[in-house]
Amino acid sequence: MPEVSSRSTSSANLAAPGIRPSAPGVFLENVSFAYSDDVLFHSLNFTVKSGQWTCLIGPSGCGKSTLLRLISGSLRKGLSGEIRFSNGNGYNGLCAWMAQKDLLLPWLTVLDNVCLGARLRGETSAAKHEKATSLLEDAGLGAYADSLPSELSGGMRQRVALLRTLMEERSVILMDEPFSALDALTRIKLQDLAAKMVKGTTVLMVTHDPLEALRLGHNIYVMTGRPAQMSKAIIPPGPPPRKPSDPAIVSLAGELLDRLAQTSHEEFGTGGVDRS
Amino acid sequence: MNLVRLITIAVGLVFIWQVIVLLTGVPPFILPGPLSVAQAALTHRGPLFDHAMTTLFEIIAGLILGTLLGASSALFMIAFAPLKRWLLPVLVISQAIPVFALAPLLILWLGYGMASKIAMAVLIIFFPVTAAFYDGLRSTEPGWLELARVMNARPLAVIRHIRIPAALPAFASGLRVATAVAPIGAVVGEWVGSSKGLGFYMLHANARMQIDLMFAALAVLATVALSLYLSVDRAMIKLVYWQKEEKETEI
Repeated sequence: MPEVSSRSTSSANLAAPGIRPSAPGVFLENVSFAYSDDVLFHSLNFTVKSGQWTCLIGPSGCGKSTLLRLISGSLRKGLSGEIRFSNGNGYNGLCAWMAQKDLLLPWLTVLDNVCLGARLRGETSAAKHEKATSLLEDAGLGAYADSLPSELSGGMRQRVALLRTLMEERSVILMDEPFSALDALTRIKLQDLAAKMVKGTTVLMVTHDPLEALRLGHNIYVMTGRPAQMSKAIIPPGPPPRKPSDPAIVSLAGELLDRLAQTSHEEFGTGGVDRS
Repeated sequence: MNLVRLITIAVGLVFIWQVIVLLTGVPPFILPGPLSVAQAALTHRGPLFDHAMTTLFEIIAGLILGTLLGASSALFMIAFAPLKRWLLPVLVISQAIPVFALAPLLILWLGYGMASKIAMAVLIIFFPVTAAFYDGLRSTEPGWLELARVMNARPLAVIRHIRIPAALPAFASGLRVATAVAPIGAVVGEWVGSSKGLGFYMLHANARMQIDLMFAALAVLATVALSLYLSVDRAMIKLVYWQKEEKETEI
């Protein structure tokens, strides 16, 4: 089986900048969460494997993004149960966040946007700038360091957002549909870049796109229902990023899509729409 | 091209004015023609300039003080939520009192000099600036704030590096409105009681039936107000370069 052992540190010598030597796993134990009467999670148990890319896929509104917020610590009110990181640390300073919107600040240059975290913590330094500059070079954006975000295309902006995420040097990266607003070709390129640059970091990515999950994920979980349930892990063959043309990936994507379509029908109570 | 349009409009208005004077034959003490107004302006250019400087100074001082006051109270309301609950109603109530009705009081308290006029301008400017800036500070993109939270940002850094710059486009529109209304404050103040400034000069000319001079003072006032507005507008476009595409001046 292509399953990569979770203890694998073989990526150490491939390490792109921005990687902690031992990325922790994330353990959710008996996690329950509700918005007033709306119970999103009830005694949910879920593990994000250390140093791997885990994809979470499911119909909209099933609580995927909420789960990310709970793990990042930006949403704590109403949470019961435990969210643990395998290195024993608490929330603070462990996670980096990448969203569907690039969230670049329009008044800062590309370089300053990449260094935003340091600026907000009052830790700006020449070394940080150097590192950001070299990240920009690696991502093919070296010439745009002093440009404003408004001068960049959507794909470039999202690349900058990815670099800003990597700059944080956090051991867990949470991604909320980071590539969904891009056109197909840009998306594939950015997925490859992301897979290369975050190697060895623990990643939890929420996505709507089965193909994206299958390209990037070491493990894929389908999340459905309310309160939400996790499927068993789907482990596609071969190391990510996988080719979108790989027949195994294509047929798995079809299966996943079927499964998603089914669950969303159940939720809408139509139980299999016929479209004649 | 903007300037060309502006000049064309000005020339067109003057032309219509001249035509009306010629066609209706109104006596010059009701509506003097543009030519006699220009002549009056030329003969009295010394005092006109002096009074214009006084008024301009009052407006600018009012703008600076009013903007500082407005911006800092908006910031205070954002930084200290409990303060907001007390300050906001006070602000709204203060707007229920017509500022013009306060003019005689301000003259009584602050005297005939510039202070009372600057105070009038400050009172007029304060609200649009506060309201716009406060609104801008409050409606920061939630994604930015969440990002900052995950980055362990220091609270003051969030205000300084995210909330304030994000609110500056709104602040700039507030400042534009303030610049447009600031001359009203100064001139009303001058009408109620003063011995300097274009408002005073207009009343003075009016009392002596120098209607052409009154019109000349009015034209100078309009020019002062307009150039001030255009400069502020330009400066805002330059400084707050990330504001949305309303860049072209509406004038």
